[in-house]
Amino acid sequence: MGDTRETAVVKDDVALVAEAKAGSYEAFEELVNRYENKIYRLGVNITGSPEDAEDVLQEAFLKAFQHLAEFRADSRFYTWLVRIAVNESLMKLRKKRSDRSVPLEDEIGEDGEPIPRELADWKPNPEQIYAQAEIENVLRDAAQKLPATYRTVFLLRDVEDLSTAETASVLSLTEGTVKARLFRARLMLREELSKVFKRG
Amino acid sequence: MSDCRDCLHEISDYLDGQLDPELKRVLEEHLVSCHRCKVVLDSTRKTIELYCDGKLFQLPGGVRERLHTALRQKLQDRQR
Ligand SMILES: [Zn+2]
Repeated sequence: MGDTRETAVVKDDVALVAEAKAGSYEAFEELVNRYENKIYRLGVNITGSPEDAEDVLQEAFLKAFQHLAEFRADSRFYTWLVRIAVNESLMKLRKKRSDRSVPLEDEIGEDGEPIPRELADWKPNPEQIYAQAEIENVLRDAAQKLPATYRTVFLLRDVEDLSTAETASVLSLTEGTVKARLFRARLMLREELSKVFKRG
Repeated sequence: MSDCRDCLHEISDYLDGQLDPELKRVLEEHLVSCHRCKVVLDSTRKTIELYCDGKLFQLPGGVRERLHTALRQKLQDRQR
């Protein structure tokens, strides 16, 4: 470190991880800055609770730092971090499971097509009609109606932009199962949101 | 693809841009004539868009502050 610092070059994750591994807290903090928003959003949407999401956020970054030596560069740092955050989130849910009605694992049938029932057009641009907090509540509640692994597949694939293979690896599922659950999760969320955002 | 069930089945792959060109053409033909499937497609696309909206679920300032304070307390001292 030292005199090789280029002017205004944004360091990639690989360089920051290497520096953090060598003991630079500043490098690690840069990684935190980079991903804290995404990890928080993921935590909120898996656990359904901003309070739990804050715990997930702290625990995930603490563990990431403590286990940094075990991180191998054969995967993306972000995917590795997401894996830790997903595990923390699911652990939160398991602890609360007794007072939850929604199954954590898949207890809905995998076979049979999901049949769309809400078939009315949506109001255009709900994000402009509803207050931000209102939309956040609708999205959070809808996600909570799904089994945790379904909404997590959706969040990893569609929101965090992980590949099917990465998602499969994080959740210890086959790629086929990830694809099937993504399909169902999208339609289930669509169904829930339709109840609120449909016209009329 | 005259059947809505077939159409529905391909919607996910269609959204991912993973349909082969012939299937895609048939699906798009069906969508022109079938309002119900078009609604499902559009609202599914919008569902994904809403969850991806970066303006939503932003990290509250207080939470961010507590995170960095906690990490600094627990980690930085150990490193020095
Ligand atoms: Zn149709």
